[in-house]
Amino acid sequence: MGLYRYGRIKPSEITDRQVWLKRRQLIKAGMAAGAGLLLGGMNGQAVAALAGPGKNRKISLAGESTYGSDLVPTEYEHITTYNNFYELGYGKEAPAENAAALKTRPWSIKVSGECARPGVMDIEDILKLDQEERIYRFRCVEAWAMVVPWAGFPLGAFLKRFQPTSKAKYVEFETLYDPQHLPGQKRTVLDWPYREGLRIDEAIHPLAFMATGLYGEVLPGQNGAPLRLVVPWKYGFKNIKSIVSIRFVEKQPVNSWQATAANEYGFYANVNPDVPHPRWSQKRHRVLGKGVFGSKEDTLLFNGYAQEVAGLYSGMDLRKYF
Amino acid sequence: MIQWRITVFLLSLLPLAAMIWGAFHGNLGANPVEALSHESGSWALRFLLVTLAITPLRRLTGWRRLGLLRRMLGLFSFFYACLHFLVWLWLDQEFAWGSMLADIAMRPYVTVGFLSFLILTILALTSNMFSMRRLGLRWKGLHRLVYAAALLAILHFIWLVKVDLMQPLIYLGIFVLLMLLRLPRNVVMRKPRRIVKKQVVT
Repeated sequence: MGLYRYGRIKPSEITDRQVWLKRRQLIKAGMAAGAGLLLGGMNGQAVAALAGPGKNRKISLAGESTYGSDLVPTEYEHITTYNNFYELGYGKEAPAENAAALKTRPWSIKVSGECARPGVMDIEDILKLDQEERIYRFRCVEAWAMVVPWAGFPLGAFLKRFQPTSKAKYVEFETLYDPQHLPGQKRTVLDWPYREGLRIDEAIHPLAFMATGLYGEVLPGQNGAPLRLVVPWKYGFKNIKSIVSIRFVEKQPVNSWQATAANEYGFYANVNPDVPHPRWSQKRHRVLGKGVFGSKEDTLLFNGYAQEVAGLYSGMDLRKYF
Repeated sequence: MIQWRITVFLLSLLPLAAMIWGAFHGNLGANPVEALSHESGSWALRFLLVTLAITPLRRLTGWRRLGLLRRMLGLFSFFYACLHFLVWLWLDQEFAWGSMLADIAMRPYVTVGFLSFLILTILALTSNMFSMRRLGLRWKGLHRLVYAAALLAILHFIWLVKVDLMQPLIYLGIFVLLMLLRLPRNVVMRKPRRIVKKQVVT
């Protein structure tokens, strides 16, 4: 009878010490994550605020900005895996899965309409403009929200390069139309291409922003690469993605969601807890990445930017102009 | 048959297991409450349609014992509907009774969802032998409300979607198919015979 009653264990069956250690770490991490969820979800505090995961090219920032330095940004992973970008698919995860379908080079933005110097600008030249970081609250019309550290430049200064005339009362934006590549555009759920608009005074407001990046890195496709609008006091759908055209116009444009359901989505789409969507309340919203319990917050008028932007709408009936 | 029932019972618990596993491993994405709500709601509807598929399946396959699974599957539909309701009550609305009542009264998609849940509750409470005996012939009439519950649940889904109606319409298609499968014996086969008889008499 040998030393081993049940036969010798083959060396190949023994777990390598490194693997074993790693496995224990994983189990620990899993338990910690579970405990975190139980205790009301982890918040983003532990994440280094402004460093991306290094997935995309870094954007060199010309200066630091104080915008939103008091806010805790949502994790990069959540910002980039929970998107409404129907051009890349209709589910929340679909845009991240189909992001490769969006080709961002070559890319140029055509600026036209009521302006003295219309033109076409290449994305590489746009990226040469001074980029800054701004941490903004983002509130979707579907009652969820996040905090995003955008990189980009103020929209107003950019628009002024093209010298809008006195007839330029509104600005109309258009997303890329490419049904051959963009899977969502193969079906007519919206009247493609996606369109959005701002009143000119909204567009040149200091908070209105053009984003080229996220967490200090170039925007991923699902977040609207290579260039998107960010108007933090309005609902998410106003923040049109993957822009190819900007037009100065005299008449108020019809944005895509308004064209689809005018009783549910207006032109202004200012965040307002007192004006419910016909099908749901806008009083509160859920903050992404905050776990299962206690992740809801009260929604603030103009998404908390009332001090800066309320003046744009003085005297207007916000229920009528929703 | 008992092995069959145990197998189906355990299989029916898998979606629950997946939800619990996902919740404790942070696997439900950026908006876990929405994920739990959608999962539990979808499974309630799926189990309801599977329950409605038993009768036509039994007829098509001739396998009569299939009927023995029907009550259990129906109760699983109710079970997932309860989860769905609980997620809404607790995680979504956080027991804000005022806003919940307002939602039920004013938001049509909540109203029809709630109605469907009420029907399922009544059917679940009267699904035992005691109630069957007590209600007698009325039991069958009462339990025909299951068709209304399914239709209201699908309407609930259609009305909450923003623009992409693909998914709820697939469920509607399945429901319509299951309803049509119930028709043939009455409409296609019986009626012509009656007409023939009448002609003979006159």
